[in-house]
Amino acid sequence: MSMRLFVSRDAGAVAVGADEVALALEQAAAKRGVTVEIVRTGSRGMYWLEPLVEVATPQGRIAFGPVTEADVPSLLDALASNTPHLLRLGATDEIPWLKRQTRLTFARCGVIDPRSLEDYRAHGGYKGLERALSLGSDAILDEVTASGLRGRGGAGFPTGIKWKTVAQAKADRKFIVCNADEGDSGTFADRMIMEGDPFLVIEGMTTAGITVGATKGYIYIRSEYPHAAEAMNAAIVAAKRGGCLGDRIGGSTYSFDLEVRVGAGAYVCGEETSLLESLEGRRGIVRAKPPLPAHHGLFGKPTVINNVLSFAAIPFILAEGAKAYADFGMGRSRGTMPIQLAGNIRHGGLFETAFGVTLGELVDDIGGGTFTGRPVRAVQVGGPLGAYFPRALFDTPFDYEAFAARDGLIGHGGIVVFDDSVDMRKQARFAMEFCAIESCGKCTPCRIGSTRGVETIEKIINGERVSENLALVEDLCNTMKFGSLCALGGFTPYPVLSALKHFREDFVPAPTTLQAAE
Amino acid sequence: MTAVYEPWDETRGAEIIAEHAKQEGATLVVLHALQEAFGYVPEAAIPMVAQALNLSRAEVHGVFTFYHDFRHKPAGRHVLKLCRAEACQAAGGDALAARAEARLGVSLGNTTADDRVTLEPIYCLGLCATAPSAMLDGRLIGRLDEKRLDALVAEAQR
Repeated sequence: MSMRLFVSRDAGAVAVGADEVALALEQAAAKRGVTVEIVRTGSRGMYWLEPLVEVATPQGRIAFGPVTEADVPSLLDALASNTPHLLRLGATDEIPWLKRQTRLTFARCGVIDPRSLEDYRAHGGYKGLERALSLGSDAILDEVTASGLRGRGGAGFPTGIKWKTVAQAKADRKFIVCNADEGDSGTFADRMIMEGDPFLVIEGMTTAGITVGATKGYIYIRSEYPHAAEAMNAAIVAAKRGGCLGDRIGGSTYSFDLEVRVGAGAYVCGEETSLLESLEGRRGIVRAKPPLPAHHGLFGKPTVINNVLSFAAIPFILAEGAKAYADFGMGRSRGTMPIQLAGNIRHGGLFETAFGVTLGELVDDIGGGTFTGRPVRAVQVGGPLGAYFPRALFDTPFDYEAFAARDGLIGHGGIVVFDDSVDMRKQARFAMEFCAIESCGKCTPCRIGSTRGVETIEKIINGERVSENLALVEDLCNTMKFGSLCALGGFTPYPVLSALKHFREDFVPAPTTLQAAE
Repeated sequence: MTAVYEPWDETRGAEIIAEHAKQEGATLVVLHALQEAFGYVPEAAIPMVAQALNLSRAEVHGVFTFYHDFRHKPAGRHVLKLCRAEACQAAGGDALAARAEARLGVSLGNTTADDRVTLEPIYCLGLCATAPSAMLDGRLIGRLDEKRLDALVAEAQR
């Protein structure tokens, strides 16, 4: 008897024992004289079910999870005799959490072997680039623009316009840079796609290269993601060997090469100009804009710098056409967003869906509330620079403009859930503290303001002249918001002000008479 | 598993620098390579990097001190990193960090007196759906709880 099993090698799965489970499966099978082939895939993104084990059957893959080493013998028994098992989840594709999604970018993640170019091709990989090669630069730009794709790193700038600017710039060299410095807490989509479908990122970047006339690209990956860097490097080697990178890509006249560079633990390097400084070998100090990177980017040359998810959306848009992508979404937010559910959440993971789903649906319905079982009190959307939302705003649809209208941002699509034990004063102080730790130091509002912010919130926590200090924090936030050079200093006020606005009761002590009544 | 580093050696250092110096914007690449070999970036290497890259010593020193990853002295035999970012805070990370500090007798960012364990904060390992998370010498651990943390601390102290 021979079996084909799938176990994730995604860092999130490995962190909860996927390697041990894979090894146990191999050893137990060998002991029984059963031949198994264990394919190490990316993750399906259902992290509460990791380590997830899937088995190939004529009817498709059947999933089991979360599997521990101790479950392996009984799991193999159940597989051999085709009998029920407690951890059996049924057909993977029919799991409601997965079935409800619209996976355009993450279609292959968790399905294919991320080390295999053949597997990527067999699942529709490189169809987008093939079409791009036949279209030529102008037509590709039209497609990307018509798709309505906006920068998935958080700023939401239209990708087509960015590419067009670089395409029109005249220079001896141009660059494609992939921002894989995914530092926002609560986000892991970049990591997942790099580990689970790295050729997708390569294909997207290659497409950008042929469109704007760049022959070299860099992927800047944060050092906290060693698994992702390893996966990207392995995929680059395989793509070169397969003729998908290097000279004369796929027999065309285009050349494009890629290199991975690893960051060194600086959150601010996720800001595009700081990232470019870092790639050039300098301190990650933010550059004033203009000039835009599209005109004056890496090494002073015109540069397309996009987030991992932006590049990863490109192959679908080119393979299926702009309309197929733009048909999803709402308003000016077209297509799908890989949303990441994190923190104190029962069903945490990656949920890719069209824009427009509400925050409440995401947290309560899809996320299943908290894993502690306590009521959800606050959710931070968009990373450390994103606002805290109370339940009262759970009707906010996931859309760039809708979040902006409520003084928030969707950022890179991370949602961190907190239960009712959260102390919003501590969260507000942490926002300032994090900014102080990570500030590049170039502009005063961010460098000094963040430290003063920590001190002032500390005073509020200690009950010192609370109303005066609250007014001071609000004033300081305004200075930072409008006076900072980049989003680090400029957006740190979002979590602080939202905590003050929506969770005022945490900052202003209740009247003593009420306390006495308790 | 403890990483094994070479003792600092100028000739070996020069070799490593030369190996990477030709790349465009090589400063971080070179510093990473030095730290990978020696476990830290010795002070003596800074002027060597500067010379090889045609930069001032101040520029290289500036880069070296800007990034949290680079060490000016070796870490303890084991490095335990605890995620201190929001997703892990939401899942009880604060209490676990305090527990690790108490167990090891050092605060975050420091090394135990016997040089066995360096305890460090890290801001997001991207394991936010299986929070809280930690990293022991490069190995990732998710769904951290008191029991798992105590086991990690014991392992690091061995």
